[in-house]
This record gives sequence, structure tokens and C-alpha cells, in this order.
Amino acid sequence: MPKDQLQGIKDEYDVIVIGSGLAGLTAANLLGKQGHSVLLLEHHYQLGGMATWFRRKRGHIFDISLHGFPYGMIKSCRRYWNREVSDRIHQLKGVRFDNPQFSFETTYDRDDFTRILQEKFDQPKERIEQFFDRARSFNFYDDDGMTTGEFLEQCFPGRNDVHRLLMEPIAYANGSTLDDPAITFGIVFSNFMSKGVFIFQGGTDLMIKLMKEECQRNGVDIRIYCDVEKVLVDSDKVVGVICNGRRIGARAVVSNANLKGTVQNLVGEEHFTREYLDRLDKVRLSSSSCQVYMGLKPGETFDYLGDLFFTSTLDHFDSVALCAKDVTSRTFSCYYPDTRPGLDRYAIVSSTNANWADWAYLSKEEYETEKQKLIDDTILSLEKYLPDIRPKLDWIEAATPGTFTRYTKTVSGATFGTKFEGLDVSKSMPDQIPGMYHAGSVGIIMSGWLGTINYGVITSNEVDIYLSRNQTV
Amino acid sequence: MTKEEIRAAIIDILNDIAPDEDTSTIQDDVSLRDQLGLDSMDFLDIVMELRKRHNVEVPSPDYPQLATMDSCLEYLHPKMG
Repeated sequence: MPKDQLQGIKDEYDVIVIGSGLAGLTAANLLGKQGHSVLLLEHHYQLGGMATWFRRKRGHIFDISLHGFPYGMIKSCRRYWNREVSDRIHQLKGVRFDNPQFSFETTYDRDDFTRILQEKFDQPKERIEQFFDRARSFNFYDDDGMTTGEFLEQCFPGRNDVHRLLMEPIAYANGSTLDDPAITFGIVFSNFMSKGVFIFQGGTDLMIKLMKEECQRNGVDIRIYCDVEKVLVDSDKVVGVICNGRRIGARAVVSNANLKGTVQNLVGEEHFTREYLDRLDKVRLSSSSCQVYMGLKPGETFDYLGDLFFTSTLDHFDSVALCAKDVTSRTFSCYYPDTRPGLDRYAIVSSTNANWADWAYLSKEEYETEKQKLIDDTILSLEKYLPDIRPKLDWIEAATPGTFTRYTKTVSGATFGTKFEGLDVSKSMPDQIPGMYHAGSVGIIMSGWLGTINYGVITSNEVDIYLSRNQTV
Repeated sequence: MTKEEIRAAIIDILNDIAPDEDTSTIQDDVSLRDQLGLDSMDFLDIVMELRKRHNVEVPSPDYPQLATMDSCLEYLHPKMG
């Protein structure tokens, strides 16, 4: 008989968190810390959602989303997790670009970008300062409808090369395009520019392990292999969930599942107003992505390639081409032995953005063929920079849009959550059903490791207010 | 609370939120964000701490009112006074 994953749980919790992505984990941790009884349910055997990794033979570990985040991650982890987590975050100083328009290395912060824009792109200092100040002044509550493309064109007219420098890394960070609101670009770009790019030393697995331990210290009851089928609503408010066929009571529920999946599958559209469903309908999902892991044989090394290397063979910058199946642009995340001290391993993960539609309708055979093609093309493009890499490779594996959907149950392989309009729909869920909250990758600005952690904080604060106001008798 | 006490309470919160910053030199009419390098999450923290420590609610449309120390005091005094 299979093990009962829910053995020993209580009949009722203050809050149940569905999904252990970084937003769900963070919300669970903070609510536990505030003294609420919290049950965290994860359908997969591993916590972390898209902050995930695959352990392979001969010590290979394929980090899916460990690429780089802004300095704010140190502050957020210190404040909402602990020093053990935040002390492991360190800066990646070698951000490289190579494309037909330009090629150089940078520390990816405001000072260095100011220098580069002056020296390599002939931009006057005042214009650069004005651009940085404007980008930094954007607030998420004052969207005036301007797109990122329009903003960049206003700041640096006719300079597609400058637009590429400013936009390409952000497109990889959160799947956004030149058509997305300028405020999303301004907020995310300024976050990075404040101090540069950072990474977690020890790998995704260690970070999630430390977070799990902190959750447990704060009394969070964590259960894996627990698939929530339904959120229960009674008398117009949340009363619990059905998980693995069993009813568990809760005064509040935080869904860290995909926004659309939460409404359509978990709660059910019948509990929402027509107006809300119309707004949900209009929420666009962000693009998907592919990663290719290339791990070297033990003892093999490669020459310094930078930490994060943005490459492209396309002669101009184009958001649409960034996702095309015919890949022209790749980002290489280079992992040296100090990424995972003790493992002594060199590895590279190549990331490309992708369209779900290009992958969704393939037969099993076609899918495998495309996956192999992605791997072959990636190695070829890496050979341009590391000509002797091929014989050194020991483990090669690709994660594709289907991989995300399988492990995280996201809709349409959406790696980066939803476009901007999703934020408002997500935040207003409790206005529809008291006690029902959503936290996850939405609105571009709440995407990525830092964005989702911060959104988990924001949501947990709302849940705390709700629970304090509705004390049980 | 008097405005002076509210100011001291905000400084206490800022010291916890931005431990690396010097809050003794804050100019009350200059943007806190620019003086202390605060980001939008830091502002959310100020709001959360105000609620926890002083039981005062700042709804998100009012966040811009917390831009400078002067505007904080102007906004919070009727709520905390």
C-alpha cells in the first residue's frame, strides 16, 4: 500500500499553502513565523517549484533557474529567511555580451554601464543619467501605458544596439519584450543596476534545503506528493482544500499554482464574478524557455568565459526572435567550482526563451528530435567560444517547455508567469473570495527568484491581516 | 504620539530595514528612497512594521505619502496622534 503522505496532519489549519515555489515557501515561512498554523502542500517530491534542479549520475546537478538575480535578494533573504541563506549570495562580476553589434564584459551595474554607454556607444553623460533616473522613478502603481520599446526609443532614439544592451538581459530574466509596459522594465532593470548580478553559492538544492529547515523551525507542516484537487468555498469564503482525496480545513488558502490554473481548476470559475473572469481571460502568459545542461568530466576545466554570457548571431535586437524555435540568441550561465564548493565541477547551462506553441503540438518522436536538435545546436554555438569543449563533456541534458509543465503543473510551460495585467488579477482574488490568496510569478515585476519571494512576502502580509481580523471564536 | 515620537518610531524601523545606512543624517524634506537607497520592498516593510508595532494601516494607494520624512509625519500624525 502506498504511504499516506498526509498521515498525522491536523483537521484544520489557519492557512494552507498550495505549491512550494519560492512565493509559496516564503509565504508559508512568514505565516508560520507569525504564529499561524500552516500546512504546505507540494505535488512534486521536491520543494522549490521552478527553483529546481535535477540530480544526475557522477555528481552532475542541473540547476534549471540559477542564473542571477538583483542585490535585493540579499535583503529579502536576510529579512524573510535567515542569515544562513543571505550570506551565501554573492556577486557575479563577469557579465559578457557577444553579438554582431557589440562585444565586451561588464560588472552590470550603473557605474559600469554609464562608462560603457559613454565609451562604446558615444552617448552623452546627461542623457545616460536622465535615462537611469527615469528608469528608477517608475512605480508599479503608475502605469501610463508607455511600452519599454517606446521608453528606450525616447531615451536613445534610433539606437537598436543600445536597446539591445539594456533589454536583452531583462528579456532572459523575466521573459518580457519591448511591447511590455515600460514600468516593468524600469523596475527590474533598476533593481539589477543598483549593485549588479548575484547568485546563490551552493546551488539551488542547498538554498531550498535551508529554506525547508527554516520553515520547519517556524512550525510549517510540509508535505510532498500531495496534490491539491480542489479549494473548498462555502458561504462565499474559503474553508479548506481537498488533497489526495481528503478534506483539510483552513481559514485561508494561498495558491502558489499558476494564476489561471488556480481559478479554473482549483477554485472553479463558478465562484468568481463575470467581470473578474473577463479580466482573467485577458491575462497573457509570458513565454516559456529551454535550458541545456553541459557538465564536464571530473577534473576537466574550461577557460574563463565570464559568469553570465549573453550571445547572439542576430544582427539586430528583436524580442520575437528571442523566442523563435530557430534559435539565434543564447545565454550561457557558467558554473565554476566555487558555485558549489566541494563538488569541484565545471558546467555550463545554456538558456533560451521559447514559445509554448512551437513545442506543444509535436508528437513524442518529433519532440525528442527537436530536443536533440536543441542540444546539438547549443554545443555548436558553445564551440565558437570554447573550441575544445566537446570531448570534455560528460553529461548533457535539455529541459524544454514540456519539462516545466510536468514538474510544476504550470499552464503552457510559462516559465515567467504572466504579463503585467496578471498582477492586478492575482492581487484582487481575495476581493472575490474572502480567504483566497494567490502568490506566484505574475506581472513581470513579481517574476524571477527575487520577484516571487517578494510577492510571497506581500501576500503573507495580506493573509496575516485577514487572519487577525477573523479570529476563530 | 507627537510628531517627534513618530519620527523616532520611523527611524527605529528604518534602522532595522536598512542596517547598513546612517539614519542620523536624514534630511526630512528629501526623498527617503534617494537618501537611503530604499526600494519598493523596503517601503512595504515600513508599512508592515507600522502595522505590527503601532497598529496603523497604510493602504497601498497611500504609499506615495511616505516619500519623505516630512510627508510621512504629515500623513501619519492624524492616524497615530
